[in-house]
Amino acid sequence: MTARQDAGLSHAAAEAVARQSYGKLVAFVAARTRDVVAAEDALSEAFAAALADWPTAGIPRQPEAWLLAVARRKAVDAVRRRRTKDEATSDLRLMAEELESNAAHAAEIPDERLSLMFACAHPAIEAGIRAPLILQTILGFDAATVASAFLVAPTTMGQRLVRAKQKIAHAGIPFRLPERADLPERLEAVLEAIYATFTEGWADPAGTEARRRNLAEEGIWLGRLVASLLPEEPEALGLLSLMLYAEARRAARRDPQGEYVPLGEQDTAQWDAGLIAEAEALLRAASGKGALGRYQLEAAIQSAHVVRRLTGRSDWAAIENLYDALSALTQSPVVAINRAIAIAETRGAAAGLAALDALIEDPRLADYQPYWAARAGLLARTGAAEEADRAYALAIGLESDPAVRRFLQQRRDAKPA
Amino acid sequence: MQYLLMIYSDESKFQAASSESITKMSAAYMAYTEALKSAGVIRAGERLKPSATATTVRITDGKTKVLNGPYAEAKEQLAGYYVIDVPDLDSALSWATRCPGASAGTVEVRPIWPMQ
Repeated sequence: MTARQDAGLSHAAAEAVARQSYGKLVAFVAARTRDVVAAEDALSEAFAAALADWPTAGIPRQPEAWLLAVARRKAVDAVRRRRTKDEATSDLRLMAEELESNAAHAAEIPDERLSLMFACAHPAIEAGIRAPLILQTILGFDAATVASAFLVAPTTMGQRLVRAKQKIAHAGIPFRLPERADLPERLEAVLEAIYATFTEGWADPAGTEARRRNLAEEGIWLGRLVASLLPEEPEALGLLSLMLYAEARRAARRDPQGEYVPLGEQDTAQWDAGLIAEAEALLRAASGKGALGRYQLEAAIQSAHVVRRLTGRSDWAAIENLYDALSALTQSPVVAINRAIAIAETRGAAAGLAALDALIEDPRLADYQPYWAARAGLLARTGAAEEADRAYALAIGLESDPAVRRFLQQRRDAKPA
Repeated sequence: MQYLLMIYSDESKFQAASSESITKMSAAYMAYTEALKSAGVIRAGERLKPSATATTVRITDGKTKVLNGPYAEAKEQLAGYYVIDVPDLDSALSWATRCPGASAGTVEVRPIWPMQ
């Protein structure tokens, strides 16, 4: 390993610890005041100092105590400055005192990040802003970074984040785990936000877009956090398992020339065996708890795919069954497409095509690339060359990733005329 | 925190309802109000007369306009309210869910601006 890579790694490690400690402290303060904005304000300068200092000076032995000490100084300064202006400073003063009295016990700061996540993913918060809100409050990303990750204008994202935080404070959204009866539904919203973070990052397989590069990792990090804090929730384990299965195949999704490689043709030697083993263990632990759910099913499908590294072939019969179950659970047209692809493997291309035909009424599929790509592939296999050609043309026209477009064009050219 | 629970329902449906179902509804509201009382969370609560009895007032450019009817014509009309005092939104929502109005219409939950 070169010195440069070394420095890069320690920089990343320092940043990760800084984000972790920052999120813990924001959650701790916000849980007491319900004021996420004030909590972020009180800690932002200390966090910026940590991001600047730690990569070069090293990670302090007690990162949270370090942040608290700096934050306390800044908060006291702010209170002093503001007092002369005769403004309401009770919140900040309270917080300064909180920080003061807790600085000595930084190691004992209770971890309120899960409560903060439940507040961010509360049903009273607009669904589309939940994942950005979690990224900002738990991981400390600024509005501009979050905005570019989710392809939203920075000012728009900034305003939506501020509105959401105001809603948390003014509507009295609680910072605590939901009641047992509400937990499954509430947890689903948290998991959905985490999965949205992951899939945003997953959409950039080459890792060439800085704005998305880290999102998959952050999604996994959040998934690990929730799984470790709620180890008895099978869907929390299921989601982490699903993300790890996908992440394990990241390197194999492109060939050395940067061309797209479909799952069925990926070199299994490039799959990360360590991540797969971890994913398998999580899935086993989840399914032992006897409450099936969407993420466990999706993870199980991944498991039936990666079995190819041992047997040379995906377990298509299992995949078809799992998609049946998933389809019944979600009624998602996307799931139905994948089910049709599995049917094509177990019962032949014509049967798969018939399953796709059954979906043709769904208006959501008219401009959905995977539907047309699947259709084109199956039409080509049944020898309907002309129809296949038209479907390929549609799929290519709907795809935004140039590598996938080139791949589809190749398939289109290669099919028997 | 104090929350206002606003109960909206379709008056025309209510007017067409049988006396038996009206009796059932009143009993449900009485039980609900009793539950709010024994939990010690109720601060106020009243049923309103139909929206046709409403009158709105607005002063623009110094001129007072008095109009017949409710402020906003909608499919569901404000039929009553409760003011409750509970620790947070989740408790307010769970009380709103128990309100008979939630299954016969819509209950809007709004935090009340605290007086300093």
